[in-house]
Amino acid sequence: MKTVSKYSGSTLTVQLLGELDHHCAQSATEEICDDLDHLLPAELVLDLRHLSFMDSSGIALMLRVSRRMSENGGRLIIVNPRPQPFRVLEAAGVLRLIEIRSGGEVTT
Amino acid sequence: MKSSNYIKLEFPSVSANESFARACAAGFAAQLDPTLEELGDIKTAVSEAVTNCIVHAYPDEIGTIVMKMRIFDGDRLEIVIRDKGRGISDLSAAMQPMFTTGGEDRSGMGFTIMESFMDKLKVRSAVGKGTSVTMLRRIKQRRGSR
Repeated sequence: MKTVSKYSGSTLTVQLLGELDHHCAQSATEEICDDLDHLLPAELVLDLRHLSFMDSSGIALMLRVSRRMSENGGRLIIVNPRPQPFRVLEAAGVLRLIEIRSGGEVTT
Repeated sequence: MKSSNYIKLEFPSVSANESFARACAAGFAAQLDPTLEELGDIKTAVSEAVTNCIVHAYPDEIGTIVMKMRIFDGDRLEIVIRDKGRGISDLSAAMQPMFTTGGEDRSGMGFTIMESFMDKLKVRSAVGKGTSVTMLRRIKQRRGSR
């Protein structure tokens, strides 16, 4: 899985491209947490429009970065989940914990 | 319950094989003409089971994972993922949502997702001997789709 990051006006937007599973979750989590530590954004947006697959390792990543954002007084938003990742987010009960938006860019 | 088709494969418990196992399951399931959603569910369940072997069954070494798939009764896909690893000491605890012995990198949702995405899930385990996860999914046969 690849990540593409963009930082603008206190929002860090990270696009996840490909498949997110245990094989790549740990390094992706560390990469995002490093960026969070350096930039201290008010908002982290995870853009899933190019993420074709995710399993519970992806849930672990999202919960971890969500916790980190809360600790820093910020928030996590997940945008544009495709059907299979959305199914996993739903089954894991994450919809009531993390804001998820579909259809279009998050305006900052 | 005679199988109309089956496959058995064996691979080491390295994380690079998680994606491979998903692709195998999808490739085998294709003959039942599943929808994209059904394929997604099957791939996810397989990913969870294989990841459990890599993370929990063989935490400090590389062991063997066996994956068997078969089709029977026309539209039923059965997948068995087996290891000879550590085994689960408290199975009912392990199957609880959010329970994990894997630390903060794990969500503890693996079994919950397998249960949600497949029609049936059966787990057998013995400490020091290994674990076997059997999952069943019936693929709705759509009339006139091809």
